[in-house]
Amino acid sequence: MEFVVISLLNGITYGLLLFMLSSGLTLIFSMMGVLNFAHAGFYMLGAYFAYQISSWVGFWPGLLVAPLLVGVVGAMIERYGLRLAHKFGHVAELLFTFGLAFLVEEVVRLIWGNSSVDYPIPAELDGTLFTLFSTDFPIYKGFMMLISVGMLVALYGLLTRTRIGLIIQAALTKPDMVEALGHNVPRIFMLVFGGGTALAGLAGVIGGNAFITEPSMAAAVGSIVFVVVVVGGLGSLGGAFVASLLIGCIQTFSVALSISVTDVFALVGIALPQGSQISRLTITQLAPVLPYILMVGILIFRPRGLMGARES
Amino acid sequence: MKKKFIQHLALAASALMISGSALAQVKIAFIDPLSGHFANIGENALKGFTEAADILVNQKGGIMGQKLEIVGFDNKGSPKESQIQLKAAIDQGFRFVTQGAGSGAAHALVDAINKWNARNPDKTVLYFNWAAVDPTLTNEQCSFWHFRFDANSAMKMEAITNYMVTDKKIKKVFILGQDYAHGHQVAKAATEMLAAKRKDVKIVGNDLHPIGRVKDFAPYVAKIKASGADTVITGNWGNDLSLLIKAAKDSGLKARFFTFYGGAIGSPAAIGAAGENSVYQISDWHMNIQPNKAEQYALDFNKKPGGEMSVARVNTAVTMIAQAMNKAKSTDPKTVALALEDMRFDADNGEVWMRKSDHQLMQPLFLSVFSKKGSKGVKYEAEGTGYGWKTVASISQRDSQLPTSCIMERP
Repeated sequence: MEFVVISLLNGITYGLLLFMLSSGLTLIFSMMGVLNFAHAGFYMLGAYFAYQISSWVGFWPGLLVAPLLVGVVGAMIERYGLRLAHKFGHVAELLFTFGLAFLVEEVVRLIWGNSSVDYPIPAELDGTLFTLFSTDFPIYKGFMMLISVGMLVALYGLLTRTRIGLIIQAALTKPDMVEALGHNVPRIFMLVFGGGTALAGLAGVIGGNAFITEPSMAAAVGSIVFVVVVVGGLGSLGGAFVASLLIGCIQTFSVALSISVTDVFALVGIALPQGSQISRLTITQLAPVLPYILMVGILIFRPRGLMGARES
Repeated sequence: MKKKFIQHLALAASALMISGSALAQVKIAFIDPLSGHFANIGENALKGFTEAADILVNQKGGIMGQKLEIVGFDNKGSPKESQIQLKAAIDQGFRFVTQGAGSGAAHALVDAINKWNARNPDKTVLYFNWAAVDPTLTNEQCSFWHFRFDANSAMKMEAITNYMVTDKKIKKVFILGQDYAHGHQVAKAATEMLAAKRKDVKIVGNDLHPIGRVKDFAPYVAKIKASGADTVITGNWGNDLSLLIKAAKDSGLKARFFTFYGGAIGSPAAIGAAGENSVYQISDWHMNIQPNKAEQYALDFNKKPGGEMSVARVNTAVTMIAQAMNKAKSTDPKTVALALEDMRFDADNGEVWMRKSDHQLMQPLFLSVFSKKGSKGVKYEAEGTGYGWKTVASISQRDSQLPTSCIMERP
């Protein structure tokens, strides 16, 4: 029982962090049709900015300033890079963000070095929130949940309840009409790109010290974020939310299961040859691969994702 | 204009050639990850090799008057790329290579070098292994052309389990490792040795996770907790170790960790206060061993960028290689190999011995625990954490020895 509850909490926490990362990506995709390969790079930038700021003035200013800075960097990249690449079509855009991902990593290496940096959890948040059965639940995990849920609510409110949200939604489907009504659509795109990257930056600020701030942190989450977005349905914010929680829980629980691949196949009546490499694998070993298996399954049986709007 | 440029170029080239021949060099190719996930490990070791060659060899007369030079080749941590870099090094005239981070790459190099040397007996290559600890490299797969300067994982596990015999508080052990050759060997050694030495100890879990891929170890920690383990044995290194211990601390897991690489670059900083009196490491050296012959060397080393000194074996390897060459008055790989065999050397961690039968270096080992700086036996902290390593057990060179099954083919 203890184990199930704790694992569920772990899964939800991880899922919410994934959502923070993927919400920006799916937002940018639904707005601009750009699959931003460099998205995880902004996550890393958020972590490094926050590390730098917190080493000067503390964690709390960093929590606010770092995502804004990342957003500004994102907006500048959109204005002076992506917009130029946009003229040459989707492939050019895709390649641009692809190259950008490498560029961000190399720049981070140049400035902060190859090794991990010491970006600690602030003392106020370092401790135990509550003890469930005999396992401690750290304050910081609660804080992560709070930030991501708060962000979800704010984002939803912004998109559905405000004027700027309405314009953004309109620009999503009918950019020409919105432009004809006198709105500056390229600027809206720039804001959305900046906003999306700022969300990734925010995830980096709180994920950087929850895990480890190092130059390969972007590559480590880069692929899983795409899994979330594809499983949830490209462009669907709600889908990204459901998929994040789903993948968070799948990964957490699959680690816990001590059954082997042989047992799983036995369930569906297939007997694997004894002693082979595959039959000795356990689900625990496979845990990090499962989201990708899920993605392949979704792409085969439901290409538009769980809640995706369009077939693409 | 263009002609003048070419003239200058020719002049510069000839000047280079003259200086090259005046300062003939003995060169070692350092084939390890210098980019990617484990770059920090590779760069820290390259710094170790370069410093050792400079201070311990070149400033003390060099090798028969020649300078020893270490040149980095980036294998990106991959076995395949290691073979490509080996080929590049051989083409550039290198006759000595060194590698350490990863037993997969080590196997690939041994394999390639065995083949090369069989086909090119006049241009043989010698391989110094500074850290790949898969025991098979000096047992079933041993090679005349391979010398290992690190204690293999079976020797280290022997030391850990010998300590566990004396500590009756250990009752339930969980083994967690990375899913590749090293992790498998650690798990195998731990289960076999514990079964032989402490029949009362129960192994409550034995899991492998993908190397370098897990961001949040909380699920693994939940599993360790559910198993009721009081002790965890792990061969993890780099971030795989740091994140595991961080997650354990967050969930309030009261288990002790016995690690192989708790002292390697980046890990002490990540472990921090969470590891106080609960994280152990088995190593050939640490900053607080007594007597610490490398104390001043390490202090100078740590002042330069590129990470702290955490092992003695890099210095041991470089100095022994230079001594073997000086003793044999030759830089021919086969002659150097013969001179290294059976060599005894007074290293930073005590007297070491290169066993002839399997080319495994025998050296003292130290089991230490992460403790507050300033407490008894902890003079120096690690990576500015306020905590350092305190020796809890010293294993003499003689006690660290294990028999070998090596049947070496000698040229």
